Amino acid sequence: MEEKKPVVEMRSIRKVFLDVIANRDIDFSLYRGEVCSLLGENGAGKTTLMNVLFGYYALDGGEIYIKGEKVNLSSPKDAIDKGIGMIHQHFTLVPSQSVLENIIIGAAVEKGLFLDFKSAGERVVRLGEEFGLLINPDVKVWTLSVGEQQKVEILKALYRDVDILIMDEPTAVLAPKEIIELFKTLKALVKRGKSVVFISHKLNEVMEISDRIVVLRNGGVTAERKTSETNIRELANLMVGRDILEKLDRKNMIPGKPVLEIENLSVLNEKGLKAVKDLNLVVHKNEIVGVAGVSGNGQTELSESLFGIREPVSGVVKVNGKKVKKGNPAAAIDMGMGRIPEDRIETGLLMDLSVEENIILENHLKHGFQKYGLMNFNRIHEFSDKLIKDYKIKTAGSDIAAKSLSGGNLQKVILARELSGQPSVVIASQPTRGLDVGAMEYIHERLLEERDRGAGIMLISEDLDEVFTLSDRIVVMYEGEIIGEAGSGTASKEQIGLWMSGVKK
Amino acid sequence: MIRIRIIRRAPLPNWARIAIPVIAIIVTLILAAIPILIAGGNLWKSYYYLFYGALGTRFNILETFVKSSPLIFTGLAVAFAFRAKFWNIGAEGQLLAGAIAATWIGISFPGVPAFILLPVVLTGGFIAGGAWAAVPALLKTKLKVDDVVTTLLLNYVMMHIMGALLFGPLQQPGSSWPRSPEIVAAAKYPILLARSRFHMGIPLAFIAVFILWFINKRTVLGYQTKAVGVNIRAADFGGINTTAVILKTALISGGLAGLAGVGEVCGIQYHLLMDLSPGYGYSGIVIAMLGNLHPVGVMFSAFFFSVIIVGAQTMSRITGVPVYISEVIQGMALIIMLIAILFTEYKIKVAKR
Ligand SMILES: Nc1ncnc2c1ncn2[C@@H]1O[C@H](COP(=O)(O)OP(=O)(O)OP(=O)(O)O)[C@@H](O)[C@H]1O
Ligand SMILES: [Mg+2]
Repeated sequence: MEEKKPVVEMRSIRKVFLDVIANRDIDFSLYRGEVCSLLGENGAGKTTLMNVLFGYYALDGGEIYIKGEKVNLSSPKDAIDKGIGMIHQHFTLVPSQSVLENIIIGAAVEKGLFLDFKSAGERVVRLGEEFGLLINPDVKVWTLSVGEQQKVEILKALYRDVDILIMDEPTAVLAPKEIIELFKTLKALVKRGKSVVFISHKLNEVMEISDRIVVLRNGGVTAERKTSETNIRELANLMVGRDILEKLDRKNMIPGKPVLEIENLSVLNEKGLKAVKDLNLVVHKNEIVGVAGVSGNGQTELSESLFGIREPVSGVVKVNGKKVKKGNPAAAIDMGMGRIPEDRIETGLLMDLSVEENIILENHLKHGFQKYGLMNFNRIHEFSDKLIKDYKIKTAGSDIAAKSLSGGNLQKVILARELSGQPSVVIASQPTRGLDVGAMEYIHERLLEERDRGAGIMLISEDLDEVFTLSDRIVVMYEGEIIGEAGSGTASKEQIGLWMSGVKK
Repeated sequence: MIRIRIIRRAPLPNWARIAIPVIAIIVTLILAAIPILIAGGNLWKSYYYLFYGALGTRFNILETFVKSSPLIFTGLAVAFAFRAKFWNIGAEGQLLAGAIAATWIGISFPGVPAFILLPVVLTGGFIAGGAWAAVPALLKTKLKVDDVVTTLLLNYVMMHIMGALLFGPLQQPGSSWPRSPEIVAAAKYPILLARSRFHMGIPLAFIAVFILWFINKRTVLGYQTKAVGVNIRAADFGGINTTAVILKTALISGGLAGLAGVGEVCGIQYHLLMDLSPGYGYSGIVIAMLGNLHPVGVMFSAFFFSVIIVGAQTMSRITGVPVYISEVIQGMALIIMLIAILFTEYKIKVAKR
């Protein structure tokens, strides 16, 4: 292949936050018609680098060239004008408005005073057909699934004629089927000469979709590979600087007495419909039960009712044989439940408070962290510093605001908090979503250790590989019910896949 | 073409949190020149008498302290509530509730010595204010009624209750004015400095600043209110009883506002009157914002406000600029502070192209 001119060239990019160098003199290029993956540990600086390119952060050093022209991006609007679109992990759509309204917000006004809905709608449909993003433009956004909302976000970018699309961990929230669709779209995009930056922690995805892979570590570029000339093992090694085997040391254990018993549990969703229907499930001591299933089949409602933040309409939950008070998070904590919510920012964390204030959230009343209503800050520092070290949480200190941590490190804060109390039951909802391979391996080891220590673990995950590597027993949730169950030794991926799509044996 | 953009900025270092209100105050004082000029005042003379009136003599300084006491209490009340995102706009009503309780106790127990009566008056005023604030807190937590609306409306309810009492059971016998009898001597705050109105309520206000700082910084309740204010869903998930926290916040907030009312009755007026408060409760909102919801910040901004209020009287007497100028300045201070707060998170960028 001859030497091509890059569409984006970033030279010696430097971005410093108060106490961290997030990008240290990074050179990065993107070529026409390619998918380039950014790979790197949690906190390596991927999101920051892309936010710089999207004009979201001001540069502390370096230059950006777009199609050979030096640019000064002072806001995302500038970036969009230059043909750069970015899709964040958290969408920016207005739920109460229609797909079409969301797409043309901001873009149409410049054309004139009146919005031409008809031709805008036609254009959206045309774009949708061209790139496999078929969505009815007239439906309201709140009725859409996460995967569909992502399609709207992509359409929104395409409607603004971007030819460089940045996607920050787009697959973390998608079901396997949706990932396949997304990849089709991305392939259609590059075929038409557009360029894509793709960020993901899932190495198989990266291998499948990208033409080129750039690896970041500690804010710098450590390696660059053509996808055809590398493999998963090398990539993992480049990322974390050691071999990742994911050969977990998995002892065979005999499950003990039941620690979590769910009896005839029914839970409503936001729309008032039964999302969990008369569900029964038992988790034993020294056992990991994997709950597989396509998201949206009641897993969220199930976990939230166990956490105590959503009151079930009927049913009983017992921990160690004792009934847990419904709709009461404090009761769940007191019964020895470790809870890892899937929505870490909204549910799990106090983003404006410090890391240590997050770590002690659940036990600020115990463990000598307080006496007579006064906080014991020495103990709190000590305890937090230890967990930060044990869990390798990347932060400038325990008194730094949680919101300055990278996505994966936020997840580690929650894990540290929830597992530090030696829970007898752990409910882990998507515990490794957004984690790098090294961190994922660590979390998997920790969960197994918890099991070996004697905890009963309910692992709710969409990642079938994760469910298979960790679980002693696998159940599949479909439309609020458990549709099938198998021991991990006897289960086949095909069978689980069938159950996930609702086919009963 | 020049384009002006507002963009997000990186988090500011700590010193900026102190610098920003200070700058806001300086800007306010500079911009105050505009209304002064419009009102026809001589600029330098006006500024001179503004500060002379507030700080020029021993008596003036002490008067400024006297004025700062209710402002500190209401400022603390609002700041403590806002920290937990309990939007208490009702400090005015809670102040009146405290004042009514203090008056009732102060006229009902002749013969009880001061060392018993004063603590009773303080406690009574605190509880009355707190209870009045607990009403909207209960409505918020149990029925999800918007607290901004209820706290505001309850101000008017309390004003009318006070009116009814002053024309009824609390009216001075034989008088036709809406005014209560004088409270007994034992219920009056001792005057601490001769030839002044410098009463016990002033050191109490400064003690309250310290206590609030201590609560915020060191206690479990301070941690819990912060957690509830930052993300109530996560606080709930973490096992914090958010209903109880909001209720406690309301009790303390309303109680502090109540103490402002006690101070006005027992330290200044010795009677309950319709115009007991010139809107201290509302000023408290501005003071809390200007003080960045921090107790020490509240103390300084309350003091700044009393300088303006007290100084404006002298300025008005000598230069003829209306006293209302002080309210204009207070309003400007709020707007400028809100803009300044905006700039702690965003900055303006001017780009040429
Ligand atoms: N707004 C911010 N303020 C302070 N520090 C920040 C901010 N954003 C990021 N950082 C820090 O910069 C570093 C890089 O963060 P970044 O979000 O770019 O990582 P990442 O590679 O995207 O990680 P992840 O895979 O976990 O999403 C981290 O150490 C993070 O704590
Ligand atoms: Mg990231």
